[in-house]
Amino acid sequence: MSQAFLLIFEFFKTGLFAIGGGPATIPFLMDMAKKYPWFTMHELSSMIAISESTPGPIGLNMATYAGFRTLGTFGGIVSTLALVLPSIIVILIIAKFLDGFQENRIVQAVFKGIRPAVTALIAAAVIDMIRVTLFTEEAGKVIPQYKGCILCVVIFALLQWKKLKKLHPAVWFLAAAVVGVVFRF
Amino acid sequence: MVELWNLYVAFFRIGILTFGGGLTMLPMLKYELVEKRNWITEDVLLDCYAIGQCTPGIIAVNTATFVGYKRKGVLGGIVATLGMATPSILIITVVAMFLEAMMSYAIVQHAIMGIRGGVCGLMLNTVYTLAQKSLTKKDPEGKLHLDKICVAICAAAFVLAFFTPIPTVLIIVIAAVVGVILDKVTGGAAA
Repeated sequence: MSQAFLLIFEFFKTGLFAIGGGPATIPFLMDMAKKYPWFTMHELSSMIAISESTPGPIGLNMATYAGFRTLGTFGGIVSTLALVLPSIIVILIIAKFLDGFQENRIVQAVFKGIRPAVTALIAAAVIDMIRVTLFTEEAGKVIPQYKGCILCVVIFALLQWKKLKKLHPAVWFLAAAVVGVVFRF
Repeated sequence: MVELWNLYVAFFRIGILTFGGGLTMLPMLKYELVEKRNWITEDVLLDCYAIGQCTPGIIAVNTATFVGYKRKGVLGGIVATLGMATPSILIITVVAMFLEAMMSYAIVQHAIMGIRGGVCGLMLNTVYTLAQKSLTKKDPEGKLHLDKICVAICAAAFVLAFFTPIPTVLIIVIAAVVGVILDKVTGGAAA
């Protein structure tokens, strides 16, 4: 039961502070992977892939998946509800009392500060994830997993090409899975 | 009652037909809420969406709560949000169960290792796109330039996040305070 409360607490916190949608939840999930035995950083990267390739907002999908990994179906439901609760509370208050919320000068100043910081938080989380998934440490030496690194760089490069940018993420994951099977990652 | 049910169904549909979340769902919202059901005007939708983006929480959920509230009050807000969350809960639970059972096959493990490399590439691109959006400003001629203040905040936040154990929440709070202080110091010229 105490696990359920911890899940609720962590996802409520994520919902309250993850500003800017799906990817903004990744730094928080990364914190959870380090702090609790719920899921590993490796599992987090599969969670991201699945959340991006299935219907539904990424943030909600990741909450359901992380909760499921921790406490089964019950955990999935509880985490997702905990994630949306702050939104419901905050939005209802804003909708009721604050007209012209987004034109408010203080609100604009706050977001002027937060937006670049969120970019930094996501960047730090992604670099952390790359370090864990594409590099292994043996006897104090960092060894890159060459196949994974090459695939990562190739996909990033291809994504800079306008025509490929619009492809659905699931297409990329499918291609990556095929490459993984063919080249025995 | 019927109206609440309709609200739930509409957002269930939006949830199940949206891939990716937040930014990709605007066309879906427009089709379901403005064109098909005539519940709100496009202007109100864009307002909801703007507020959804600059309030805590997932953009998709915030927008659902806001539209639901506009339509049917507090209960409407809650029902719309639950409608949006239901497909995620159902689909992910089934997929997760299925995957756990498949994990012992070697071919599945190779596929997952490949996918992990792919995720890293895609996430790198997400960060790159995000940086282009959040660290630049338009000059009067519409050209994009690096915004020095934003770059400084981003660099400082990165150092804190990557090299110190300071919690994520605290970094966001500090950034918000810095934003307000900058506004006071510059008299709004930076905003």
